[in-house]
Amino acid sequence: MRKKLTGFVFVALFAILSINIMRMPGIFDETAPAYNEATRHYLEQSVEETGAVNVIAAVLTDYRAFDTLGETIVLFTAIVAVVSILRPFAKKKDPVGDRNG
Amino acid sequence: MSFFQSLLDHINYLGAVALFVIGLFTVVTHGNLIKRIMGINIMGTGIFLFFVAIGNVTGGLPPIIDPAEEGGTFINPLPSVLILTGIVVVVSITVYSLSLVVRIYETYGTTDQDEIAKMIREENDND
Amino acid sequence: MDDLIVKTVVRIIIPFVQLFGIYIILHGHVSPGGGFAGGTLIGTSFILYTLVFGIGPAKKKFSHRMSEFAESGGIILYLAIGVVGMVVAGSFLTNAEAGFPLGEAGSLLSGGMIPLLMIGIGIKVASTMVTLFHTLIEEETS
Repeated sequence: MRKKLTGFVFVALFAILSINIMRMPGIFDETAPAYNEATRHYLEQSVEETGAVNVIAAVLTDYRAFDTLGETIVLFTAIVAVVSILRPFAKKKDPVGDRNG
Repeated sequence: MSFFQSLLDHINYLGAVALFVIGLFTVVTHGNLIKRIMGINIMGTGIFLFFVAIGNVTGGLPPIIDPAEEGGTFINPLPSVLILTGIVVVVSITVYSLSLVVRIYETYGTTDQDEIAKMIREENDND
Repeated sequence: MDDLIVKTVVRIIIPFVQLFGIYIILHGHVSPGGGFAGGTLIGTSFILYTLVFGIGPAKKKFSHRMSEFAESGGIILYLAIGVVGMVVAGSFLTNAEAGFPLGEAGSLLSGGMIPLLMIGIGIKVASTMVTLFHTLIEEETS
């Protein structure tokens, strides 16, 4: 009974969301709000300023290289967090570690 | 049949909403901890699809500029760039939650959330 | 696993997968791909080796010490390129002002510091995937 009620609530949620999505324009043209001056500048000037043909790689590692540095720090933090939880209890038997291995 | 034509135009966004609702249903309904973590991951994937599908432009070419040819409309590269960082964050959160589930399984012996809550309540009653 | 066909096929396939991953990393500024996709491919090849041959031989190929070097080395490479830009030109992580040669657009040796950053990102992502897999899979000795 409870699962049926939950299923009905979620079907209603999907219906409400999709009715509002059908009001959006289906596919945009060049007057879309997301196609603003930053995008035009990146598309026109990136071959001269960076020398890279791939616009996404040029934006990711030249115009916004600091964000990619932050993202590598996020990866490093994830490794530190996982190893700090799972590793200290794994080696109980040999205290003279395996630096030789 | 303009309704079907409009449905085909919006199919990216409808798929994203469907993924989001499926993920949320999985989190709310199941009791197993690992299934709930996978539900959160599926919700994140739905949001990524919605965000990247906004950059599509009519008659757009992929954003690899050929220096010999001129002109042409390219699709918007900015949402794809922002989502690349978002994917890495979601992967990190999923891995950390899974390692916490490994520790919980070793302490309590089960991964069902109702049984773990009962065990914790019994521990608090006995103190 | 003990199957002979799986072991033989995996032993033949893994160098090609790694070669393709290195190709995608190095051509990041010319064709779609880049550091993240190529790093994931190289990490997946190591995970495939671990799944087929067991965790003992896989830990000999990718030990804890090599994971330490790869993790720190990726970030230190990224920061070193940034500091070079700061010393020469005055801002952190610049491309053309710091003197990196831009070359002609479309060839492999173009883009200044972009291929070097892609190599650093690729090493970091591959090492992250393999280290996480080995840490989650490893069983306790007790």
